[in-house]
Amino acid sequence: MKPAPFAYHRPESRDEALDLLAEHADGAKVLAGGQSLVAAMNMRLARPARVVDINRIGEDTFAQDGDAFAVSALVRQSDLERSPAVRDAVPLLHEALPFVGHAQTRSRATLCGSLAHADPSAELPVVATALGARMECGSRRGTRTVAADEFFVSSFTTALEPDELLARALFPLRAARTGYAFAEFAERHGDYAIASAAAVLRLREDGAVDELRLVLGGVSDRPFVVDAHACAGRPLGEEAIETLAERAGRDIDPHSDLRGSAAYRRQLASVLSRRVLAAASLDARKEG
Amino acid sequence: MTSCESDERHAVEMTVDGRRIRRYVSPRLLLLDFLRTECGATGVHAGCEHGVCGACTVKVDGRVTRSCLMFAIQADGGAVETVASLGTRDALSPLQEAFRARHALQCGFCTPGILVSAQAFLDSEEHPDERSVREMLSGHLCRCTGYAPIVAAVLDAAAQRER
Repeated sequence: MKPAPFAYHRPESRDEALDLLAEHADGAKVLAGGQSLVAAMNMRLARPARVVDINRIGEDTFAQDGDAFAVSALVRQSDLERSPAVRDAVPLLHEALPFVGHAQTRSRATLCGSLAHADPSAELPVVATALGARMECGSRRGTRTVAADEFFVSSFTTALEPDELLARALFPLRAARTGYAFAEFAERHGDYAIASAAAVLRLREDGAVDELRLVLGGVSDRPFVVDAHACAGRPLGEEAIETLAERAGRDIDPHSDLRGSAAYRRQLASVLSRRVLAAASLDARKEG
Repeated sequence: MTSCESDERHAVEMTVDGRRIRRYVSPRLLLLDFLRTECGATGVHAGCEHGVCGACTVKVDGRVTRSCLMFAIQADGGAVETVASLGTRDALSPLQEAFRARHALQCGFCTPGILVSAQAFLDSEEHPDERSVREMLSGHLCRCTGYAPIVAAVLDAAAQRER
């Protein structure tokens, strides 16, 4: 359980980090909180030739920036979890963070690191997809912004190029008449979710659905967006919730493993969908 | 910028439980192994070595950290606190005393990590309840006590503080 040898670089600014990534685009791995990467290195599932440790480049701010809430590369999950600003501006993130690993890992783990790692069971990619977050990818070639829907490509695979750093994640701000909810099922609290679900529901003034996003985690190689178009323009009543929750279980093609069969995951997807839809509906109306 | 090739060693300097330590380390040396073998901090226990069991938990610059998920070279210039910073054999900390009174350990393997976590938890939570203690404890595995006495000990330490 010891990592294979690697060369170590510790840049002291974002520019230095991007220089290193450009120079070693063939085999450099970014080390932020290390809560997934170092575990994988210890088990030799990952054997990067070079590690670029970004822990001293600064980039640890999180605040509203225009119409988004921006979280920089090195912001730790525990700092977000405790922040009243996050609770007010991005309530779905606030709700989901306590499910991400344990307090002892969140204290070092970064939000951007979890997004860039793109574990199919992880909570934060589901949250980012449900909210329609945008990823600011920086490199020596410039900065480009990628929508969450395009950012998560497959298991542990994102749209990030080898020379790019996920510099900031941009979350849309809490909106009026909008409800948010997150739920997951894991064997023990803090374990990887067997399945998770997030819902973002925006209502029109007359109470009908303006926009609904239902996203599932742990049931596909990337966050799975359930087609909820049929719900638009009508109130989200019990029957509509039931229909969509059933659809969620039907539309996915989950895998089986030791923790649950594909049929079990379908069942969980439906149950969790029902819960988050009901909770988001309540939350949206509370917002009035 | 700091760089170190895989076959080189780099000088690191840090304090471990207040003691200044200076050594040369290879990049791949885990903080866990550095603490145990280079600093004699054997209160830091090597369990699963992939961040699950919590036995190796320490504080680095005030943050609770799995020392198996950090490289020693990363802690350069920092301050590490292990279980040894809590109390001594002759003067246990109130939390350690509560663990003893509640029989919150049997084999003791998981205990140092739990003590470091629980102390950090008590330092940040003004009025902890059983639920929050259990949530904190979910980041640690104990195969002997069944957790109930550990929860009771942490709550005792919190209550004692309020008196």
